[in-house]
Amino acid sequence: MGVDVQVEQLNAWFGKTQALRDINLKMLANHATAIIGPSGCGKSTFVRCINRMHETVPEARVDGHIRIGELNVYNGTSATQVRRQIGMVFQKPNPFPTMSIYDNVAAGLKLNGFRDRRRLDEIVERSLSMAALWDEVKDALRKQSGASLSGGQQQRLCIARALAVEPEVLLMDEPCSALDPISTSKIEELIFQLKQRYTIVIVTHNMQQASRVAEYTGFFLLGNLIEFDKTEKIFTNPSDKRTEDYITGRFG
Amino acid sequence: MRTRFQQGLDELREKLLRMGGLAEQAVDRACQAYVERDLNRCHMVLENESLINVAEREIDELAFDLLALQQPMAVDLRFILAVTKINSDLERVGDQAVNIAERVMDMVELPPAELPVDIPRMAAAVSAMVRRALESFIEGKAELAQAVLEMDNVVDRMRDEAFIVLVRKMNDTPAVTRQALDALLVARNLERVADHATNIAEDVIFWVRGRDVRHNVEAPATPQPTPGTS
Repeated sequence: MGVDVQVEQLNAWFGKTQALRDINLKMLANHATAIIGPSGCGKSTFVRCINRMHETVPEARVDGHIRIGELNVYNGTSATQVRRQIGMVFQKPNPFPTMSIYDNVAAGLKLNGFRDRRRLDEIVERSLSMAALWDEVKDALRKQSGASLSGGQQQRLCIARALAVEPEVLLMDEPCSALDPISTSKIEELIFQLKQRYTIVIVTHNMQQASRVAEYTGFFLLGNLIEFDKTEKIFTNPSDKRTEDYITGRFG
Repeated sequence: MRTRFQQGLDELREKLLRMGGLAEQAVDRACQAYVERDLNRCHMVLENESLINVAEREIDELAFDLLALQQPMAVDLRFILAVTKINSDLERVGDQAVNIAERVMDMVELPPAELPVDIPRMAAAVSAMVRRALESFIEGKAELAQAVLEMDNVVDRMRDEAFIVLVRKMNDTPAVTRQALDALLVARNLERVADHATNIAEDVIFWVRGRDVRHNVEAPATPQPTPGTS
């Protein structure tokens, strides 16, 4: 089951440029939280701080606290430990191109030394089923490479790969921006199903998508969290004029 | 800035204002027709109704297109929803004006009667409500709309008083029963116009403030507590 993700006084920099300022936010277990905002507002940096990817950028720095359930992300925990709790799906599907569909899903487990063949088969099937891809690929698991699938299937394969290591949290950074409407609706339906088991944080430029999949929405601007509230409140009657101007297309 | 979308919203606003003008004119004409027993004005109200009906369809079509094609959010979404509801109310105002005109056409057939009811005063109050409700829409001012809500009770009382005195008149002077009944129905039509003006004012408050004040119960803006925020 998912766990709460609690962010306190989070600040992040790229060199001398501050990308996030004093972010305080709680993302509830088994809910989807959407992060919206114009380009450069810090929303991707925010999710990359959650799984400690931000620090992989040279001269990047983070200050503040993030807790994933009981796990303290920035206080004595290794990045590997943190990332075992968190699956991440990116804007462009990035399956390992030379690996079969099966190996793509099993890669994370194999990397962790998991060798039980029968158990691996079960996990691969379960992960692909949860990603709503099993029926489409079950006859070509080992014959076909991940790269041979369509864009939408590749993205679901990446979701299956993320789920295989049984994370608590799923971070999705614009997971549908490269997909057609049918693939997008499949991913959105999937998000709806997955949040029963995971805590989902989705960065999106598509406000209709945020309103369709997320119970809570945070609006970022210039590195600040301007407003965080229930999604229906944000999209029907936001409290802050800047949020309203952004979602009504008056800037950004 | 979404220029095309803004143009669509402006067009919707203008169309609704034109329709508001037609509905307001219909009520004024019907009331004048009552006072002056003027069949000519009654016919103008009946002819005017088709214009209102056409306007209603045009506004609904444009609102539907904007919803489907532009996926409005927040204040824009509330504006379009408010317009569609105000549109229905204005169409019903036009219907009430037609009902009043039909009552007047019936009354003109009958000998004039002295009735103890001040329909022109009630008509003036109702017209003021419609006018102010439309002004609150034009200016996007919830305070003006709030004032309309407070006027509704006054019109309700006028309707109740009209009912009491006209029923008494029917009992005391059965010869003018039909005239009194027509006046009573006109009072009821006017009170319904006031109700529509009240609805319009409530929709303006919803659009401007994002608050639902219908039925004297204000729905909370956020039904549940939210997780922490900065």
